[in-house]
Amino acid sequence: MENWQSYQKVILPDVPDYHKIEVYTQHGGYETIRKILTSGEYTPKSVIDQVKAANIRGRGGAGFNAGLKWSFMPPKQPGVPRYLACNGDESEPGTIKDRRIFEYNPHLFIEGILIACYAMEMDAAYIYIRGEYIDWIHMMQKAVDDAYAKGMIGKNIMGSGFSTEIYVHTGAGAYICGEETSLMESLEGKRAYPRSKPPFPAQAGLWGKPTTINNIETLACATLVMKHGAEWFANIGAKTHPGPVLYGISGHVIRPGVYEYPTGMLISDLIYKVAGGIRNGKKLKAVVPGGSSVPVLTAEMIDGITMDADSLRTVGTYMGTAGMCILDEDTDMVKFLRRIAHFYHHESCGQCTPCREGTGWMEKLIARIDDGQGEMKDLDLLLDLCDNMEGRTVCALADAAAWPVRNTINRFRSEFEKKIVRNSVYATV
Amino acid sequence: MTDTENKEFIFTEGELQEIKMHVAKYPEARSAVMPALWIAQNKFGWLSDQAIQLVADTLGLSFAHVYGVASFYTMYFKKPMGKYLLEVCTCFSCGECGGKEILQYAKKAIQADEQGVSPDKLFWVREAECLGACDTAPVMQFNNGHYVHALTEEKIDRLIEEVKSGKLPQYERIPLNNQSLIG
Repeated sequence: MENWQSYQKVILPDVPDYHKIEVYTQHGGYETIRKILTSGEYTPKSVIDQVKAANIRGRGGAGFNAGLKWSFMPPKQPGVPRYLACNGDESEPGTIKDRRIFEYNPHLFIEGILIACYAMEMDAAYIYIRGEYIDWIHMMQKAVDDAYAKGMIGKNIMGSGFSTEIYVHTGAGAYICGEETSLMESLEGKRAYPRSKPPFPAQAGLWGKPTTINNIETLACATLVMKHGAEWFANIGAKTHPGPVLYGISGHVIRPGVYEYPTGMLISDLIYKVAGGIRNGKKLKAVVPGGSSVPVLTAEMIDGITMDADSLRTVGTYMGTAGMCILDEDTDMVKFLRRIAHFYHHESCGQCTPCREGTGWMEKLIARIDDGQGEMKDLDLLLDLCDNMEGRTVCALADAAAWPVRNTINRFRSEFEKKIVRNSVYATV
Repeated sequence: MTDTENKEFIFTEGELQEIKMHVAKYPEARSAVMPALWIAQNKFGWLSDQAIQLVADTLGLSFAHVYGVASFYTMYFKKPMGKYLLEVCTCFSCGECGGKEILQYAKKAIQADEQGVSPDKLFWVREAECLGACDTAPVMQFNNGHYVHALTEEKIDRLIEEVKSGKLPQYERIPLNNQSLIG
């Protein structure tokens, strides 16, 4: 990205009071869904094709083409309801972007829901928001109520004959609800244990009916695609991972915040130019580029690396949620990993043994090393534990817990060894 | 938490209407269990067995099912602790930006016991997992409600004094690029 300084924001534009429906509509809001519903130029399939061509890689972390996901919905059966689930659980540590959409541009997201519901012929959409976001749940509910009042949601929208309902659902504090099938269990009023797949949600999702689940930012992007065209979207940022994206930058930087730029930004530009560099004149030590579960990068590794799937893959990590944690030279990587391990131990739902037990053992072993009671073999034991967790559970939480352990040990091994040697028999012989 | 002794475990007509409104959002009444638990917790302060039984009876579910849901989610309180919960995030970015120290400070400031509760049971401090506000780290959530951003020891002291005098934290709007909070 060369011209990123002159980039004009589209997800979170700098327009005062844009979250108000009057201001949103003054700036062309809800005209995109009006065009789709009333111009006669669109069919559900043509909308899906356009979203597919734009190649919106899911912004919730998996990076899967959203339009392709939409195309997995089976043909509409009369009398069988279909649902859209909107994933606003936003619990991956380091992820702070969807909250800004709820607050600053909820109607762009609602319009995206309507587009998705039209394209996939959905009867209702459920916006699942984590319980901690109670202030933002109220903001989102207000936006939905305002859209209902203007006839944008409900029966026979804009006289087109198309109807859909939108409901807001409040979570109650569980990371696992960000996992798609677990979110569905939670919406159904159960303990949020992930389901085995298949069947996939498109076959049997919410209440056993065809369901698609998308991230909030992904749905906001769908509105932009239908407004400006697939080509416009596909030409923003990185070629294979295009579009505008919300970078959530936190940690030891001078100006942490949520920044909208194209994908494919140099990590170094994001740290030093966008976020103002490292605090207190310190040096960079590590970057976690996309939420706590993606593999950490050392300062040397970020050289020339950009924020898109292809570039990040070359250094063995992922875009995830683009929630970037920047760590300075004083960071104790063992303590940092210990807190991450504690998080996954706390948040494991307990359904599968490798995860329920494995996350606990991970935390204990890392704590032991951090407390100076560790042995060299603990490092191999931890890596062995990762082998026995990854891919061996119903959902990906075990993988998400194992990746940071495996990669932090591999990439900062000397820090772990120092804590072991300094405090063990090896130091005295 | 509110003392639940001598309290009748029934929902008012208004609360039942609200639950009905939630039931109408879903194809099955069972799906309204989370909103109904929220209504019960806001009313009684925490979810005692009687409160859980009330939710179960209202929605036509078993006690076991509702208890199972209530015990799965950390924001539902299964025990009466302090009246005001200070939940300090120490996870990930917050932990690296002073959250762990603020948590210890907050515990000391309210003279917390092993459970994190102050002697007068007015305050309860516990560690939060990522609250999704890493850009204003360290953050805290006050009583399952508003966030308090960019915590310092002074902010904790002030908050405790203000809450004692009846002034609760207000919603704090964070501008899109929150330069204003960062020195």
